[in-house]
Amino acid sequence: MKKFFLLFATAIFLSLAFSGFAKEIKAGFIYVGPVGDGGWTYAHDLGRKEMEKLPFVGKSTYIESVPEGSDAERVITSLAKKGHNLIFTTSFGFMDPTINVAKRFKNVVFMHCSGYKTAENVGTYFGRMYEPRYLSGIIAGSMTKSNIIGYVAAFPIPEVIRGINAFTLGVRSVNKDAVVKVVWTQTWFDPGTERNAAESLLDVGADVLAMHQDTPATLQAAENRGKYVIGYNSDMRSYAPKGFLTAPVWNWGAIYKYVAQKVNDGTWKSEQIWWGMDKGAVTLAPISDKVPAEVVKKVMTAKEDIINGKFQVFTGPIKDQSGKLVLEEGKTFTDGELLGMNFFVEGVQGNLNN
Amino acid sequence: MKFKVLKKPPVQGYKSFLTTLFSVIIALLISGAFLMLVDVNPISAYKDMLIESLGSFYGLTETLVKTTPLILCGLGVAVAFRMQLWNIGAEGQLYMGAFGASLVALHLNVESHFVMITLMFLSSIFFGGLWALIPGALKAIYNVNETIVTLLMNYIAILWVDFLVYGAWKDPKGFNFPLSAEFSSAARLSEYFDTRLHTGFFIALVCALIVYLLIEKTIWGYEIKVIGSNSKAAAYAGINIKKNIMLVMFISGALSAIAGFSELAGVQHRLQHAISPGYGYTAIIIAWLAKRSALGVVLVSFLMGVLFVGGDSMQIYYQLPVAMVSVFQGLILFSLIVAEFFKEHKIIMVKQQ
Repeated sequence: MKKFFLLFATAIFLSLAFSGFAKEIKAGFIYVGPVGDGGWTYAHDLGRKEMEKLPFVGKSTYIESVPEGSDAERVITSLAKKGHNLIFTTSFGFMDPTINVAKRFKNVVFMHCSGYKTAENVGTYFGRMYEPRYLSGIIAGSMTKSNIIGYVAAFPIPEVIRGINAFTLGVRSVNKDAVVKVVWTQTWFDPGTERNAAESLLDVGADVLAMHQDTPATLQAAENRGKYVIGYNSDMRSYAPKGFLTAPVWNWGAIYKYVAQKVNDGTWKSEQIWWGMDKGAVTLAPISDKVPAEVVKKVMTAKEDIINGKFQVFTGPIKDQSGKLVLEEGKTFTDGELLGMNFFVEGVQGNLNN
Repeated sequence: MKFKVLKKPPVQGYKSFLTTLFSVIIALLISGAFLMLVDVNPISAYKDMLIESLGSFYGLTETLVKTTPLILCGLGVAVAFRMQLWNIGAEGQLYMGAFGASLVALHLNVESHFVMITLMFLSSIFFGGLWALIPGALKAIYNVNETIVTLLMNYIAILWVDFLVYGAWKDPKGFNFPLSAEFSSAARLSEYFDTRLHTGFFIALVCALIVYLLIEKTIWGYEIKVIGSNSKAAAYAGINIKKNIMLVMFISGALSAIAGFSELAGVQHRLQHAISPGYGYTAIIIAWLAKRSALGVVLVSFLMGVLFVGGDSMQIYYQLPVAMVSVFQGLILFSLIVAEFFKEHKIIMVKQQ
């Protein structure tokens, strides 16, 4: 009997000890759109699935189409209460709710995508999408014949403005005469509105379209009219098999795996992750064979220079829309200036006040 | 063979309850079949929904937080419906109320919590009421269709708020993101029990009581009902219809505006894009299901809160796509409306001659 008791105690001790080692990560994801949007949320969900392949990561939960208002706080709380120890909130509008919930769940790690507020248990993450955007601009600038490039954009916030500017710098690096016309849709996710905006750009003579939206509606519009188009978020070539040139794409898996590893090792600390092409968080999708080889070569050279740190996209001289010099020759913007960017570079035709 | 819809005397009492219950059960069965298709046990799914929204103290408070703006907007719409005024502009009136509250919160430097909140409250009532008064006046003076005007004014109000958060009211410390600065602590409603339940909920209950007393227990309330059921008779009786149209629209707008005030001061604490996920539109269904009664609005809003908050659990526990949750919520609402229809109508078959 005594032996049995001893055995029993050892068993309990061992199982406790092992459960301490094998601290499984149970991750939760809050999405702003449906996973089937083919764009922003779809790309996050690919990253989630990639993270799940790590041996110490258990099955994760996601909640889609969460509105960015008061509902978000309830849904995040709900995930935290149900034993999720790592929660990713994948839209800017979830910033305040994430911070609020984090105050109540000190031993849960929260990661908020694209915001600027942090706390002891809240970090942020994002990617330098402007790098591949610049590369896609080189292609657009080389492929346009009308010298009018259309850009369907969601909201005039720094992330989107930065992308438009980097894209335009890319265009202008190969084609000084091309202009980039911007139309705001005031929505991230509304295929109908996105499509209308794309058509209005085609109507004024744009022959290459780019976009900053959550869905591939712009691609479908361009394909319908036989024009070239550059995707975003994920490799969207299936939506425009003929007109697709390339797409700046996210690889959230790189960041998700990094965070999960840190949390598992117990070395996670609140930080602001802003990774570029060098760490693989963003990249350019394979380029269409319609693009001439010398253009592809130019793109590849620029890509290597960015990855090696030889070249930064925002390097002076940079002029704003009115022709005023905003960045002197040879200088670069700080991260703070990039994150708060609120002007258009020369070559953009659009209005920041909508 | 033809079908004909006939009016019948409304079903009363327990029979009315049974009709509703029966149609909800049908909705549960239909969505249950869908759930079984994706290998989810409907019984446990429904049970988890109720546990999520009512099964814990925290869940209950969250349901009440969700219920608050629904009650206020529902009251606003119901008051106007009483007079056969089809105000479907609650969403815009909510936004104008939020604008009014923010105007005070962001620009007045008042230390006192009570003074600050009172000023925000009055300001939101002023702007939201005025916003609804415009279609009210157009209706009263020129007989312009209020349905169209209130609907279109929603877009103006929402874009007006966007204009501010993307421009003049943008938080200087917010990296150019479209958010206003955060409200000071004086401009925030108190929260209770370490949850998000805030004073706005109790304000909503008081509003419901006031609306009930005004409509059911005063001569003015009686006048409103008379105008609603027979405006010609009301005019013969010497009731001033034009004045009442404008007054009712103002009150209706003010109630929805309080919802905007309560959402900002109680939950969101700053003005931003998309402050409401369509409370003003849900309010139309609520007012209709509640048969325009103030106490009915409270009850139906609470049930809506349960439906919305409980819907979360279907995603969390079963990883059901959000479209499935929306289909479920839609089925329940649809069945409730069908039940109302069958309480007052019957369908008979007519042989063709």
